[in-house]
Amino acid sequence: MKNLTVRYFAMFREHAGVAEETLSLDVTTAADVFAATSERHGSAEPKGHCKVAINDVMADWDSPVSDGDTVLLFPPVAGG
Amino acid sequence: MLTITTTPINPDELRRELFDPAAGAYCSFEGWVRNLNEGQAVLRLEYEAYEPLAVSEGQKILAAAQAQFPHLYAQCVHRSGLLEIGECAVWVGVSSPHRDEAFRACRYIIDEVKVRLPIWKKEHYVDGNSGWVNCERCAKS
Repeated sequence: MKNLTVRYFAMFREHAGVAEETLSLDVTTAADVFAATSERHGSAEPKGHCKVAINDVMADWDSPVSDGDTVLLFPPVAGG
Repeated sequence: MLTITTTPINPDELRRELFDPAAGAYCSFEGWVRNLNEGQAVLRLEYEAYEPLAVSEGQKILAAAQAQFPHLYAQCVHRSGLLEIGECAVWVGVSSPHRDEAFRACRYIIDEVKVRLPIWKKEHYVDGNSGWVNCERCAKS
């Protein structure tokens, strides 16, 4: 199990009802964190349109997560 | 550089920073808040930006533009917070020796900004509802 801080933005924050939470998860990659939190908060947003960052650096879904990491989950972006 | 601001964007002031004796061309893009999206009457927009990563991704976009187009100066400013109809939500400005590079660089930067920066847009409708706007790329796929 890894202790992770997960931060939610925009639509994800509204789904989760919190901007941030600390979770103890049995996960290996960023994709695993996305799957676990989507299930936890009943979000059906497909991962393909979303982005992830680990400790304030943009990451890939197959990037490994480590104990103590902060994982940032970004729903589909819409700047401009 | 790319900056995120909560105060109104002033393009006249920003373009002055791009003056360069070697530049023969200046090109800019302004994205404005409009009153209609997908058939719904929009009252105002709310932008949420994650500034640390929006700025670092923005720097990468501007650096990539400068690598593609030599002697290019480029700046971008994006608003966050509540915006009213007609306000400038994003400004891109470039200067370069010739117009072709200026047009292409400006287009490249705004297109990348729209799909890469961690910025989200919530529309508040005249009928009282609100909704997050999906990115253009997501809507197409």
